[in-house]
Amino acid sequence: MRAITMTTREHEVSPGLWALAWRRLRADRLAMFSLAIVAIFFVMMVLSSIGLIAGDWSKEVGINYASPTWFRDEAPPAPPPGTPEVKPQDDPGVQPGASADGNGVETKDESSVVDPLADVLKEVRTETANATQAPVVARLDTLAFGADKWGRDVLKKVIKGSETSIFVGLASAIVAVFLGTLLGAAAGFYGRWVDDFLNWFYNIFTSIPYLLLILAIAAVLNKKGMTTIILILGLTGWTGTFRLIRGEYLKHKEREYVRAADAIGASNTRRMFVHIFPNVSHVVLVQLSILVVGFIKSEVILSFLGFGVPVDVVSWGSMLNEAQSEMILGKWWQLAAAGTTMAILVTAFSLFTDALRDALDPKLK
Amino acid sequence: MMAYIIRRLWQMIPTLLGVILLVFVIFNMVGGDPAYVLAGKISNQEQIDNIRKQLGVDQPYYVQLGIFAKQVITGDFGASWSTNEKISNILGTRLGPSLMVLVPLLFLETLLAIAFALAVAYVRGSLTDRAVMIICTAGMSISILVYIIVFQYWLAYKLGWFPVQGWGNSFWENLFVYSSLPILIGLVVSIAPNLRLYRTFVLDEINQDYVRTARAKGLSDNTILWTHVLRNASIPIITHVMAGLPGLLIGAFLIERFFSIPGIGREVILAVERSDFPVVKAITIYVAVATMIVNLLADLMYKVVDPRVQLK
Repeated sequence: MRAITMTTREHEVSPGLWALAWRRLRADRLAMFSLAIVAIFFVMMVLSSIGLIAGDWSKEVGINYASPTWFRDEAPPAPPPGTPEVKPQDDPGVQPGASADGNGVETKDESSVVDPLADVLKEVRTETANATQAPVVARLDTLAFGADKWGRDVLKKVIKGSETSIFVGLASAIVAVFLGTLLGAAAGFYGRWVDDFLNWFYNIFTSIPYLLLILAIAAVLNKKGMTTIILILGLTGWTGTFRLIRGEYLKHKEREYVRAADAIGASNTRRMFVHIFPNVSHVVLVQLSILVVGFIKSEVILSFLGFGVPVDVVSWGSMLNEAQSEMILGKWWQLAAAGTTMAILVTAFSLFTDALRDALDPKLK
Repeated sequence: MMAYIIRRLWQMIPTLLGVILLVFVIFNMVGGDPAYVLAGKISNQEQIDNIRKQLGVDQPYYVQLGIFAKQVITGDFGASWSTNEKISNILGTRLGPSLMVLVPLLFLETLLAIAFALAVAYVRGSLTDRAVMIICTAGMSISILVYIIVFQYWLAYKLGWFPVQGWGNSFWENLFVYSSLPILIGLVVSIAPNLRLYRTFVLDEINQDYVRTARAKGLSDNTILWTHVLRNASIPIITHVMAGLPGLLIGAFLIERFFSIPGIGREVILAVERSDFPVVKAITIYVAVATMIVNLLADLMYKVVDPRVQLK
C-alpha cells in the first residue's frame, strides 16, 4: 500500500484527456445545469421503460379533455363539464356515449310507451359493466396537467412520450455514429480505392436532402415500428460523422505513434481501433450528442406525419398530431405539455453539446 | 472557367449514376412488387398489371434498372400510380406554389439574418447580444410543429388576420394573401439558427487585421461592417444558403401541408402516404440533380465574391 502511494507521489500522474475535459466541464455552471436536466430526462426514460412511472398512462382517469386544475376557474370547458353523478353512467362501455344518452331519453318517455328493448338493454348494460370489470370510477373533472381526448393524464402521457422519443433519438444516433465511424475509419485509414468508393457513397447520400431520403425509405418500408424508424434515421444520418472521422483518420494515420505501432507489427484493425480510435473518440462523442438532438426532432416530425411510431405507441410527435385538432376546440394543454417538454430537453441537450465540444477540444476556442 | 465548369459537370455523372442506383435499390428491390404494395390501394387489377409491365417486374433486375435509367435520361417518369396524372405535369404545376412561398422567404430570411447578425456582432458581449442569443437558443429548441399549430390557430383562426389555409388562382392574391402567414412562420423558424450562425461568421472576421487597418485609416463603422466585413463573411454565408437550398424545397413540406399549398413538399407527403412510388422517385432524382448544380453554382459564386479563390 505504502509503495503505491509513494510511486504516485513521485511521478505526478498527468490527467488524461477525459479527466481534463471533465474538469473543464465541471467548471462550466451552465453545462452542469444542462447535464443535470438531460440526466433527469434519461432517468425518467429508464424508469418509465421498466414501468416504474407512468406505467398506467393509458388509463382513462379524467373526463374527456379534463382541463388543468389551475386553468379551470378561468374558463370552464366547452362540453358539459359533467357532474360526477351523470358521468359514471356514460362510463361503462368502450364508447357508449351516444347510445347511453339516447337510452336515457327513451327511459324518460317510458311512462307512456313501453320500450320493448328496455330489459335487454338493462341486461347488456350490467353485462358490459361486469365484463370490463372496471368498477365505475368517477372520472376526475380536472387533472394537474389536463387530460387528452380519452381522458388520459397528459403528464403521464408526456413522460411515456419522452421515453419513446428519447429512446428513438438515442438508438438511431448510436446506429448512425457507429456506421459513420466504421466507414470513416476505413476510408481515412486505407485511402486509395476504399476512400474513393466510400466518398462516392457519401456524395450520393448527401446529394439527396436528408428529409427526402427518410420519406422515400419510409414510403417503401411501409411498416411502422420502433425498429423501422431507428433504422431509417440511423442508415441515413451517418454522413456528417463519416466526413469528420475520415478527416481525423487521414491526419492520424501518418502520426508517429501509429507508425511505431506499425513497426512493432500491430495489425491494421489494431492500429485503427486500439491506437487511433481513442484519440478521435471525442469527435465521436460530440457527434453522438449532436445527432441525438437532430434525430429527436426528426422522429417528432415523422411521427407527426404518421410515418413514425405505431399507433399504439405515444411519442412527442404523435401527441403534437393529436394536439393539432385539439387546438381548434381550445384544448391547448397537450400541445403545451409536449412542446415544452421537448423544448426543455432540446435546449439543455444543445447547451450541453456545445459545452462538451468546448471542453473536449479547447484548441477550438 | 469554362473548362472548370465542364470538368465539374463531368464529375457529376458517377454521383448521378449512384443516385439512380440508390433510388432503384430502395424502390425496386426493397420496395418490391407493386402488385403487393398497391394491394388494397388500387382495386383495378388491369391497372396493376399495366404498372408491373411498365416496370418490367417479371424481368431480371438489370433490365428493370435499364428501364429506370431510360426514364431518368428522357425525363419521362410515366404517370402517377394513384391519380394517373403525368409526372412531368405534376411537377410542373406544383413547382410554382412552392417557389411562391420559398423565394420571398429565402430573400427575407437571408437579408434579415445578415442584418441582425451584423448588428448583434457590432455590440458583441453586451447585454443586447446575450439576450438575443438566449432568445435565439430558446426559439430554436421549440419544434416547428408547435410554431405552425400556434400561429395558424392564433393569427389565422382566432384573430383572422390571415386565411387559415388555401390557395387562390391569381398570382398577387397567392403572394400577398395566402403566402404571407407561411412566409412569416418560415421566417420565425429560420432566422434564429441563421442569426446565430452568421454572427459567428461575422465575429471571425471582425477581429482580423484588415478591420483594424480600416478603422485606423478613419473609415466609419458602417462602411467597415457593410463593405469590408460582410464581403469576407459572405463566403461561409453563401455556402450555408446554397447548401440549404434544395432541402428547402422539401423542408417546407410541413408548412405546405398545414396551409394546403399545392407545392412539391406536400406532393411528396401525399405520394408517400399513397405509396405513389413514381412521384417520389422522380422528385428524388430531380432534387439530387438540383443539389449538384446548386453546389457548382456556389463554387462559382465564391469566385465572384472573392477573387483570391482558385477554382481547380
